[in-house]
Amino acid sequence: MSLPFLLEIGTEEIPDWMIPGALESLRGQLEGLGIGARMDATPRRLTARADGLPERMPDTEERVTGPRRTAPEKAVEGFARKQGVAPAELSIEGEYYTYLRKTPGRRMIEVLADSLPGIILKIAFPKTMYWTGKSGPRFIRPIRWIVALLGDDVVPFELAGVHSGNETTGHRRLGSAHIPVTIENYEQALRENFVILRGSDRQDMINKGIADLGVEIKPDLSLIKALIDLTEYPTAIAGDFDPQFLELPEEVLSTVMSHHQKYFSVIDEFGRLAPRFVAVMNTKADPEGLIRRGNERVLRARFNDARFFWQTDHHKKLADRVEDLAHVTFQAKLGSYLEKTERVVNMVKTLGGDEHAQRAARLAKADLTTEMVKEFTELQGVIGGLYARAQGEPEEVWQAIYDHYKPESMEDSIPRSLAGQLVSVADKLDTLRECFRISLIPSGSRDPFALRRAAQGVVKTIVEGHIASAPLPDLIASEWTLVEFFEERIKYYFRARGFRYDDVNAAVAAGWSNLPDLESRLLRLQGIRHSPDFEPLAASFRRIKNILRQAEFTGGPFNSALLEPGPERDLFTEINRTAGQPIEDRIGALRPKVDLFFDKVLVNAPDPAVRANRLAMLHNLLEQFRTFADFSEIVTNS
Amino acid sequence: MQSFQEIIFKLKQYWAQRGCIIQEPYDVEVGAGTMCPETFLRVLGPKPYRVAYVQPSRRPADGRYGENPNRLYKHSQLQVILKPSPADVIEQYLGSLEAVGIDLTQHDIKFEEDNWEAPTLGAWGVGWQVMLDGLEITQFTYFQQCGGIDLEVVPAELTYGLERLTAFLQVKDSVYDIEWAPGFSYGDVRLQDEVQFSVYNFEMADVDTLWKLFDLHEGEAARLLALYPKSTQEATEKARFPLLPAYDQVLKCSNLFNTLDSRGAISVTERVGVIQRVRKLAVGVAHAWADQQGAAQ
Repeated sequence: MSLPFLLEIGTEEIPDWMIPGALESLRGQLEGLGIGARMDATPRRLTARADGLPERMPDTEERVTGPRRTAPEKAVEGFARKQGVAPAELSIEGEYYTYLRKTPGRRMIEVLADSLPGIILKIAFPKTMYWTGKSGPRFIRPIRWIVALLGDDVVPFELAGVHSGNETTGHRRLGSAHIPVTIENYEQALRENFVILRGSDRQDMINKGIADLGVEIKPDLSLIKALIDLTEYPTAIAGDFDPQFLELPEEVLSTVMSHHQKYFSVIDEFGRLAPRFVAVMNTKADPEGLIRRGNERVLRARFNDARFFWQTDHHKKLADRVEDLAHVTFQAKLGSYLEKTERVVNMVKTLGGDEHAQRAARLAKADLTTEMVKEFTELQGVIGGLYARAQGEPEEVWQAIYDHYKPESMEDSIPRSLAGQLVSVADKLDTLRECFRISLIPSGSRDPFALRRAAQGVVKTIVEGHIASAPLPDLIASEWTLVEFFEERIKYYFRARGFRYDDVNAAVAAGWSNLPDLESRLLRLQGIRHSPDFEPLAASFRRIKNILRQAEFTGGPFNSALLEPGPERDLFTEINRTAGQPIEDRIGALRPKVDLFFDKVLVNAPDPAVRANRLAMLHNLLEQFRTFADFSEIVTNS
Repeated sequence: MQSFQEIIFKLKQYWAQRGCIIQEPYDVEVGAGTMCPETFLRVLGPKPYRVAYVQPSRRPADGRYGENPNRLYKHSQLQVILKPSPADVIEQYLGSLEAVGIDLTQHDIKFEEDNWEAPTLGAWGVGWQVMLDGLEITQFTYFQQCGGIDLEVVPAELTYGLERLTAFLQVKDSVYDIEWAPGFSYGDVRLQDEVQFSVYNFEMADVDTLWKLFDLHEGEAARLLALYPKSTQEATEKARFPLLPAYDQVLKCSNLFNTLDSRGAISVTERVGVIQRVRKLAVGVAHAWADQQGAAQ
């Protein structure tokens, strides 16, 4: 007989962004018990549902070995008694008495009752709390009820003073607090109590609600994700704001709406910001318009603040704020943003930045002293760019300031101009160099200064901006760990773009001082990879590298007079003939000669002079490709 | 329309009915209700406690000369401590909103993650900002650590922004327009202090004097802490030792630090160091207090 299963962990409101991870963690652990569950969640519950659980675990058998067959009768009786059987039920295997102990499989309900408390407490959250006392269990927020059902029965256990049962809880104000459920009616019972269990259903409600309002919103994927997991019964409503606020930069208005108020921005038929917004409530309706008016007032106050900041910040120009950066801490041990600014300006100079780039670098951090950025920190850079534009800085300068935090992810675009790219690279490189200098180095999941993202941004910008003037290794040479760190980020970047990992390893091993060049080598490597001669030749190169290593050969004189006619001389001739040609042409030419050489010629010749000469020729061959790729990194099937 | 003071009466009444001591505001300047001994020290140790009080909270840097409708140098917090936190604490909290006349079936309430941390107090907790129709009206925190000490019993701390809540209920766009009592607006009662303290904090506070005061209060707190009896033999001495006065000195330091900061008198290099100095004292008092309470049992 197989049984359905339901687990609902009822909690106080879980942070929306932690819900997907928590469900994954719980799913994985249930899989460990052989349960493949469907996972759902609302802010107040994590739910797993599964079908087809066995009533019992399978029976097991174990052969227990007892005394020797020659043992005295008393010993045999003692063994039988210990197993709880008569001596006649023992059997003899070889020289020993044995007993085949059969253990019936445990009832699933008992297995679950034993394991679920541990499983629940092992759900991974980025941050946990205790609430019953210092030595009590830890979870993301207090657990307040648990529904655990196997078929019609409650799986009985206790956790943090909560006893599992069959009662769930509805919406905090629209639903009932105590709702007895069965596995069959669980989802429907929640629905009747204004809890929509499935995130996908809540997403549909939000989308349909917005469509019914007849407005077009600015798409905002992360906002919709947050709202799905912030609500149990989402309903969209539209509100208005005074069109006068549209004189503020759109960046500011959108940020206030989406980041601070969790509203969607509305756009008009021309794609411009309209003086409207869409809020998503956690309730069914707003018949009196109370909620709409409340949200409108909050937004008005926020916009008023923003307008006040916008106006007062202009009283002091960005250029006059640079000195104030002496009072803004970059990092406790690393001094102020003024010092950082000086370093970044110098690096932009080193990178060949023109006067616009240097000016942008000088002004880039000045917006940290503005009221607007103190209020909307996520707009740093953007605000500086907007102020610079309003204060008459040239386009090259304000755009570079505006863009200099980009790219913020692998998907984000790089700054639009060279000046912006140089400021971005210099700013991030400075942060990396300084943090590594005082040993603030990311380890495992700990990366509080987002240094991995910074390094990723540097790599992406140099490659995609084709900035040949940024010799990365020279810029970071002072910190060896940073060099290693960057090599890993470079590999990660190219792998994320879809290059094969062994192509990446091969090309990176040949050097990465010029990243645009590395990219072009990788593209070429990708091109020749399909050639039938490539992998065999790569395999031969690996062999050559091994031979050289075993011989501890690092170079030596070569004398063509020592070459034997036949495969050896043929190979030498081919190497010389093709030297300087593009690699695409050399592969097909070299491969048969190399193969034949290894077929017919013994590198380890008895005559040490001949042997050394052969090693020298092979060494020279490898050297010719050294700046392109290290082919021994290529993983081949042969 | 309920006045500001009526709303306060109702909330106090509500929490009194749920077993809270109704305290009066603490009479030393603080930046938040959390810093009052009724919270900072009472949450330490195993003893249950329930208290509610309105605390004027001073944040010199937030002053706006009375010109900003939403920002105040000094605002009023209703601080509620429930130690240990009851299992239905959120329902009790929602009940308090209903007690001041908010029909929650007609409004939108959301609990959005907001973890609280006070580096100068060595204190942190997890919780939410409670959003009512998009307006943050309460900070809800489960304390985890205070004065650098893991708490034995976890209290729930509810901090209501009373001006905001009242502006919401009275449908006012400016805090200065809310009715404090019939015939008296918030502006009538408080505008002068917003203006004058903004002038003082931003323009006229004498930096040297404030530093001297800071050093004096710090010195007094440190002097007392150094005298706290270490030995378990001195039970009587311990029990009567003036830790509460030492803590008042710490609060003075904290407020002076905030004023100096708003005056722009604390440089980068100094800043971290000054926070450390205050924190060291706060943590020192917390540890001594935990010891003193433990010894008294």
